[in-house]
Amino acid sequence: MAYSDKVIEHAENPRNVGTLDKDDPNVGTGLVGAPACGDVMRLQIKVGDDGVIQDAKFKTFGCGSAIASSSLATEWIKGKKVEEAEAIRNVDIVNELNLPPVKIHCSVLAEDAIKSAIADYRAKQAAKRGAAE
Amino acid sequence: MAIQLPIFMDYHSTTPVDPRVLEEMIPYFTQKFGNAASRSHAFGWAAEEAVDYARERIAKLVGASSEKEIVFTSGATESNNVALKGVAEFYKDKGNHIITTVIEHKAVLDTCKRLEKEGFVVTYLPVGKDGRVDPAAVEAAITDKTILVSVMLANNEIGTVQPLEQIGKITRAKGVLLHTDAVQGIGKVDFDVQKMNVDLASITAHKMYGPKGVGALYVRRSKPRVRIVAQMDGGGHERGMRSGTLNVPSIVGFGKAAEIMTTEGKADNARILQLRERLRNKLMSALEECFINGSMEHRLPGNLNISFAFVEGEAMMMAIKDVAVSSGSACTSASLEPSYVLRALGVGDELAHSSIRFGLGRFNTEEEVDYVAELVIAKVKHLRDMSPLYEMHKEGIDLKSVAWVAH
Repeated sequence: MAYSDKVIEHAENPRNVGTLDKDDPNVGTGLVGAPACGDVMRLQIKVGDDGVIQDAKFKTFGCGSAIASSSLATEWIKGKKVEEAEAIRNVDIVNELNLPPVKIHCSVLAEDAIKSAIADYRAKQAAKRGAAE
Repeated sequence: MAIQLPIFMDYHSTTPVDPRVLEEMIPYFTQKFGNAASRSHAFGWAAEEAVDYARERIAKLVGASSEKEIVFTSGATESNNVALKGVAEFYKDKGNHIITTVIEHKAVLDTCKRLEKEGFVVTYLPVGKDGRVDPAAVEAAITDKTILVSVMLANNEIGTVQPLEQIGKITRAKGVLLHTDAVQGIGKVDFDVQKMNVDLASITAHKMYGPKGVGALYVRRSKPRVRIVAQMDGGGHERGMRSGTLNVPSIVGFGKAAEIMTTEGKADNARILQLRERLRNKLMSALEECFINGSMEHRLPGNLNISFAFVEGEAMMMAIKDVAVSSGSACTSASLEPSYVLRALGVGDELAHSSIRFGLGRFNTEEEVDYVAELVIAKVKHLRDMSPLYEMHKEGIDLKSVAWVAH
């Protein structure tokens, strides 16, 4: 299968590969996918007190399109407010990377990873507030 | 010598035409272009003579007792189709049962599925962890309705060589025909239709340094005389078994390729085996958590199928894009299912997704092996650094204990 130039570019030079401290209350971690299905994404966000995503990191086990989708996702959400990041849809990723139909699930996984990281962050924040009260 | 990129290490998929093969083919396009079925003039005679010479050379390679046992086809897919459907149709009054294995090529498996729809009963024998079928299982599966056993000589993904000689003893004793898809193994491992009691064998030129689009089916003519019903109707070429004007230039090339295999195969295979072992040793000593799929003992000399745990196969292929290999990962197939061959061995889906097949051949060099080994080692490390699974593994998390959500 021929890849789009953008997929190749992201896969060869992935942005924001790495790990944030998952125990930090300001860090949300999303782990989606399954090894048996051939792709697992872990996406992490670090959110400032102003609700802006200061940093985002990912690690992905998966094909080039999966790596590119997660790399692009981290690039997009950095500097955005959590609510804005939440609004990113998989079709946006499909369009940006020109993913073929057989690779659309990679973009779905990236959207799920963002949502899952945000949910984890909110749960931690709620727990923190609960503990403070 | 400088390395030429890209490097081809996918010799199970196809092979380049040996220059000596091409040289023999060329006159048959423009000068000796006759139809081998034209019995009334010199052009036809020249073509027929060339075809018969190729037949002799191919007969010799498979160990046939007569060149009349070689039927030319368009390739091994057609050979497999003709063998299975042709035998099934001819012997259907004798029985309706066929035995094969779960790791056959799709040209055999899908032909069997078709025959099942037509009322035949097919037994698909499992293979062990080593990728080999147990001859005792073949024997146990044979009933008084069994007309044919079809077991490949060597597997295209994992390169494992089947115990064909033992199976041949059983089928011969039971009076059941034995077909083998010998495409990957011919010329590379011991094969002899007499010694192994093989009654039908499918081969193709392009896996042995000949041209694409031409294959052959060996059909035994005595003890027993095998009969098949033709699946292509027409002018009655190939003694009625396969109509269609013969592809003379390609058949000439096929013959030359077979002759080279007969005379040089042994030395070629020894050299390829040494290259394969060099690659294996380099990879296995430099990288942890790598698993070889299939038997190392009974294996094609040029095959190395390795799962690099925590690294997805297609991403790996992309990372080493200057090296042509193949993967059992679902992502490389249209079906999104990982390799059914690896599954049959009991390799878990996650490791099937991580498998890379290296297929070495006649034109690979030691320098290429060294280059590929170094590149693969670097890229596996790189991809593991960005793999969440590798990080979890390093933290001591048992990946099997994680509640993954399948998607």
